[in-house]
Parts: sequence; C-alpha cells; structure tokens
Amino acid sequence: MELPVQRYRVTRADLVRYAGASGDFNPIHWSESTAVKVGLPGVIAHGMFTMALVGRAVTTWAGRPDAVVEYGVRFTRPVEVPDTEEGTEIEVSAVAKDTDDPALVRLDLTATCLGVKVLAQAKAIIKRP
Amino acid sequence: MGLDQSFAGRSYPPSAPYQVGREKIREFARAIGATDAASHDPEAARALGHADVIAPPTFPIALSMADSAQIVGDPALGVDYSRVVHGDQKFVYTRPVVAGDELVCVSTIESINARVGNDFLTIRSEIGTSAGEPVVKVWTMYVVRGEEG
Repeated sequence: MELPVQRYRVTRADLVRYAGASGDFNPIHWSESTAVKVGLPGVIAHGMFTMALVGRAVTTWAGRPDAVVEYGVRFTRPVEVPDTEEGTEIEVSAVAKDTDDPALVRLDLTATCLGVKVLAQAKAIIKRP
Repeated sequence: MGLDQSFAGRSYPPSAPYQVGREKIREFARAIGATDAASHDPEAARALGHADVIAPPTFPIALSMADSAQIVGDPALGVDYSRVVHGDQKFVYTRPVVAGDELVCVSTIESINARVGNDFLTIRSEIGTSAGEPVVKVWTMYVVRGEEG
C-alpha cells in the first residue's frame, strides 16, 4: 500500500536550528566557504536532518511517535540548500508491507530532492496503527 | 593508509550520564518541525502511556554522535575527520526516549572494512538508563575516504 506523499521545505535557517538542537555544528551545514573548500557545491543539509524529516513522515503515517521499532537509512546524495527564502524541498513516499509479525508493518521509504533520490535502503518497522 | 582492523570489537568507556530534559525534547522536535503532541505536551504523552514527553525517533543521535567522538577522535585509531562521510544510520528501539530519563551511552567499534580504497567504520552505541534498562541501539557507519578519493 502506498502512503500519502509528505513534503518538507528546508531552508538555511532550518539547518542552523537543527545544528543547535542536535549539537552537530559541522560548518559544511552553515558556511558556504567551508562547504565549497571541501568540494561540495554549497551548504548541504545534515544527513541526520534529512533522516529526521523522513522520520516525521514515518510517525505521521504511524499516527504516533512511539510506534517506531526500527529505522535505518543509507545516505547516498547530499541535499544542497541554497541561501534563498524558499530553500529546497524533500519529498518522502513509502510503500507499506506486511511482515512475519502481524503486529508490525514495514515501510520502504523513498526520499527525493529535486527529483533525485537522496537515501537508499531506507526502511522503518512500525507497530501496526 | 587504511584503519587498523584489529580495533573491531573494541568498546570505549561509557558516557557521562545524560539528563533528558523536557525542553530539550521540545527544542529538538521544533527543530525538525515535528508537531506530534506527545513530543510537546506531557498530558498527550501520558495518554500514550509515557511518564513525560517523548523524543522523536532520531533524537538519540545527539547522544551517540557525541559519544562516538571518542572513537573518531582516538589518536590510536587515527581517523582523519576531514575525510569522514556519514554512510549509514540505523536505530533499533526498545522504547522511546522520555523526558526525565538519565541515559548512558556505550560505544563499540562493530567492524572496520576496507573496500576500493575507503574504510567503512561501523560504531554500535548502546543507550540505556543509568539503572541499566536498555532504551535504543544506534548503528552509525562512517566512510573514511582514502587519500586518492
């Protein structure tokens, strides 16, 4: 079963707020000159911020934030966040599948930015809503 | 030069106890835009059977990443942090993190593999209460890019 697509806007301000909340102050997530110096196209989102947004989609679909049993992703492409008011957008979709345990559902997750997949092997196991 | 694979299996000393505050959970939830009532309102969390507000699923990274700094920064292991990329991330929950928890994190190098000039360093961080109740296991895989890459 395909679940309703979730979309999240990401701006530089979001990255600064996430840096403070998570304690990850790596400058590639807020300093253009540092990002460019290490070969990135520009400031990129924390992989963990992208994972947190996809986690939001998971708890939205699950209907409660304590339903997640397992959650894993592979980071395949950076999410570049331009210094504009609109920033960029991450789109999250999922296919729900039965598991051997009737109380649990597996979500095969897809996250894209500008049409390009940014995660691989992204899945969550949630308690059946 | 690759990482010394004999470090696999090595555990590091436990973190200092981390006091999970209600406002920290709310701050983290706001930072990721999570509006779940149980992450903001203690009454809503209690209605789900929790003592206080519960953290969003990726919150434990704040503890595990700080704790694995002692591995990534271990001079004997010699990781060049400027070449580190976050590869994989996984959480397996016994229960959500709840405001009021006092948590301790113990990190272990689960594996070190070399492939096509890069090293793959997998750290397992086991987070539980200081009373010994398991809460969440966190796996973080870092890619340490080779000199040529």
